[in-house]
Amino acid sequence: MKGLCISPYKNYSSIHGTCNNGAAILTNCFHRNNINYPTHRSLPNIKLFSARWLKISCSASALSAAVVGEVEEKREIFDVEKARSLVKELQGVFNSGRTKSYEWRISQLNSISKMLDEKEKDITSALYKDLSKPEIEAFVSEISTAKASCKHALEELSSWMVPEKVQTSISTYPSSAEIVTEPLGVVLVISTWNFPFLLSIDPVIGAISAGNAVVLKPSEIAPVTSKLLAKLLDEYLDNSAIRVVEGAIPETTALLDQKWDKILYTGSAKVARIVMAAAAKHLTPVILELGGKCPAVVNSDINLQVASRRIIAGKWALNNGQACIGVDYIITTKEFAPKLIDSLVNEIEKCYGKNPLESKDKARIVSSSHFGRLVKLIDEDKVSDKIVYGGQRDENQLLIAPTIILNPPEDSEIMKDEIFGPIMPILTVDTIEDSFGVIKSRPKPLVAYLFTNNEQLKKSYVKNISSGGMLVNDTVLHLTVKGLPFGGVGESGMGSYHGKFSFDGFSHKKAVMYRSFDGDAPIRYPPYTPEKAKLFKVLISGNPLRVFLTFFGFV
Amino acid sequence: MREYYRSGATKEASWRKSQLKALLNLLEENQSEIFKALKQDLGKHHAEAYRDEIGMLIKSLNYALANLKQWMSAKKAKLPAIALLSTAEVIPEPLGLVLIFSSWNFPFGLSLEPLIGAVAAGNTVVLKPSELAPTCSSLLASTISTNLDNKAVKVIEGSSDMGTLLLQQRWDKIFFTGSEKVGRTVMSAAVKYLTPVVLELGGKSPAVVDSLQSSWDRQAAVKRLVVGKFGTCAGQACISVDYILVERKFLPTLVELLKATIWKMFGENPKKSNSIARIINKQHFLRLKNLIEDDPLVKASIVHGGSMDDDSLFIEPTILVDPPLEAQVMTDEIFGPLLPIITLEKIEDSIEFINSRPKALALYVFTKSKTLQNRLISETSSGSVTINDAVLQYAADSLPFGGVGESGFGRYHGKYSFETFSHEKAIARRSFLSDFWFRYPPWNHNKVQLFQAAYTYDYLGILLIILGLKWPNQSSRHHDALF
Repeated sequence: MKGLCISPYKNYSSIHGTCNNGAAILTNCFHRNNINYPTHRSLPNIKLFSARWLKISCSASALSAAVVGEVEEKREIFDVEKARSLVKELQGVFNSGRTKSYEWRISQLNSISKMLDEKEKDITSALYKDLSKPEIEAFVSEISTAKASCKHALEELSSWMVPEKVQTSISTYPSSAEIVTEPLGVVLVISTWNFPFLLSIDPVIGAISAGNAVVLKPSEIAPVTSKLLAKLLDEYLDNSAIRVVEGAIPETTALLDQKWDKILYTGSAKVARIVMAAAAKHLTPVILELGGKCPAVVNSDINLQVASRRIIAGKWALNNGQACIGVDYIITTKEFAPKLIDSLVNEIEKCYGKNPLESKDKARIVSSSHFGRLVKLIDEDKVSDKIVYGGQRDENQLLIAPTIILNPPEDSEIMKDEIFGPIMPILTVDTIEDSFGVIKSRPKPLVAYLFTNNEQLKKSYVKNISSGGMLVNDTVLHLTVKGLPFGGVGESGMGSYHGKFSFDGFSHKKAVMYRSFDGDAPIRYPPYTPEKAKLFKVLISGNPLRVFLTFFGFV
Repeated sequence: MREYYRSGATKEASWRKSQLKALLNLLEENQSEIFKALKQDLGKHHAEAYRDEIGMLIKSLNYALANLKQWMSAKKAKLPAIALLSTAEVIPEPLGLVLIFSSWNFPFGLSLEPLIGAVAAGNTVVLKPSELAPTCSSLLASTISTNLDNKAVKVIEGSSDMGTLLLQQRWDKIFFTGSEKVGRTVMSAAVKYLTPVVLELGGKSPAVVDSLQSSWDRQAAVKRLVVGKFGTCAGQACISVDYILVERKFLPTLVELLKATIWKMFGENPKKSNSIARIINKQHFLRLKNLIEDDPLVKASIVHGGSMDDDSLFIEPTILVDPPLEAQVMTDEIFGPLLPIITLEKIEDSIEFINSRPKALALYVFTKSKTLQNRLISETSSGSVTINDAVLQYAADSLPFGGVGESGFGRYHGKYSFETFSHEKAIARRSFLSDFWFRYPPWNHNKVQLFQAAYTYDYLGILLIILGLKWPNQSSRHHDALF
């Protein structure tokens, strides 16, 4: 037993992952730990206690393992039964109230922050293996964004958690009221492969901030990152309440069969329907972060070079176009199109050189099936003769060169679905206002971009176009603004997150009203005599508020 | 209707105001017809009808009219220093064409309250009232078509077949009030077009009644309990008190007071009093009857009332003490004038009792103890909590109204109705002024180092650099950086 107690964490996790009794003992152990918090909190180095915590839990679970007397196999098939017992176990932990405390939330967020600091290299290398994402791109778009999100939550959590006092109207006088945020319970986060780290950890940060128990299911299409997430979350976080389930369709199906208190899904509209249908069975609310064809309307009154670069940053330098918020296609005027294409080509070559297939600065296509899908899009008969730039590919390395297509027909495959790759169709219109009709004739996108200096055009774009978010004169950067909600509308999804919106998304806003026993008028209660009815009638003709005053005893 | 929405007419503030005013007119001009319809469908006394439906709506409409401008205005997002040359804001925009399913127990309130939100948010709306309150349904249809812009607001009457038909269409939001079972059907149908839904369901809303010391407090509490159960459409309300939790030693006092209060409010023969609504239809009447008749143990637990009249669909206010917990009366939402009282050793046991059941739409707590109040608020979960009163939270415009877990999701009333029927569009604007070479590929070692160096010293710094707002301490600034 003693030997087990000082055994490394690896043992701890494998034991714990399969042992329910362990969890019960752990629960007590964490409770004790929580009580000690005030002293921990006063320590200058807040990171200290997560390490101590792990040690305590390590010994506790080792102890329980000795009690149970067996250590199960690490990898087992994750079926409906397993999923059920997992949810049940987490429900128990949630009901114990541990995850609700401010201290628990902060300690977990601190651990995430620590993990991001210490494991940066591991994360970038996993992302390189899965997507050959350039180190700097991985750092900027995934790690730093996750860090920002975590830091923001750490700074703001105490203010988010404060109940919101609201004014009560005269109709319920005398009373006071507030809105208390409470965690929902056990939530499921299903993430995706294109930003496999960020899109996993960011919702988890939100779920933890709100005090929930979480199960994360990363995408099997980015297997190295998925494995790393499972390992790191197990190592750094309280895994009696935070778990990672790896796997593909069978595992996801088993998970979706369970009753969750909220599901956040990032991915395609097709799978979203499966998720929502499963959620409907248990009346589980869902947040669906989908994509769609995000248009960029480019007017001629712009700084062309800057605009071109920003479009590149929002397409090819963003996971090589494999991003839900990337620019999907451009709309510009007939006259301006040649200039825009020249400038784009010029800037693309500055970024990736004359032979872009050789550039190491782009992510590759994630899988051969996606590669095949994209190649089919550009090889379609009515499209292939519209290629004005690029089109080269390398099947072995899963690379496709930045490709520009001018005016593909409306009914071509490339204009039907989200492209999710390094191909940029450019549609031309007579006047720039005609672009509105093009966008409105399609499902609502996640983001709509606009490049112009014309204030009037900006105004009418904002007013007329419905999309999840909007960014004028840049791409993607609105993601970094914590004060903005991130989420879609219509086909691009429902619900939003980021910053406080994540917190709210994983919380229930409980309305609480306080009344005293004073202040009651007989008119509120039956029997409804003719006199009472008459009084109402009189009052109805006057100020309706007075009727309420009367009801509740103040006239 | 989609065409009409696209024309943009409903987005204008003037249109929204005119429709809200038209609704106000509708309520004021057709008051007596509404009273009559409610009397006919539900036997609701017009004082109750005014208190719970018409008056409530007039109040909501005035509130919406007074606040609409503020709700519609863009909210500037708080921007961190990094976004110096940018602006960001959140603009509420209408969703498009929305569908409202309302319920029969408050046929006007539950139809028009969401309608106010949908119209205030600038949507086109289809309202499907419940066919179980037919007089109200047809009155809604006729008055709305004459008073409101009927290119944008339509009432479609019909049975559940019509409901199914409507659900097959594409909507931008579905707002449903009703039962859990139908809620599942609605959400499953919404999957086809990924339509967001709001489900306003019910559940067993408990009232925790502490052993109150002063007789004034006791009487006030019991009056509020009785009106929160029998006085709100005879308990046929999603927020009415479903059952009471009380300490064993307080039970006799409570039962005596309840009996006395019922007698005072509804008289010796409640059937003859006009002050209590009847059961909506035969089916629901039988369901309630069976709750009692099917289980002899339940029947034996009746301590007051229990008489039923098949002809007038009337059920007397009925009190049950400690019916078996596994009986249907304690597992399903009662939705009628049966009030079970469950006794506990200590009132604190109520927390565990509540937590072992599905989350309720409302929790009512009658106590003067701050500790008990706080414990119940923080240790149990429900759509809302009302301390020392019942049902009244429905009237508070400043509080969100909605469930959690089995009692539904999404919320409305006041500003929340507006938000429910709006999409909050995030908008960020940038100028072409500042940009740096290192934001773009080709990536080289220098750029990586720059990011990392900046990162190790100051996290904000790196974002500043990415955004092109801060000069790095490097000599390479003469590159093609500045525009």
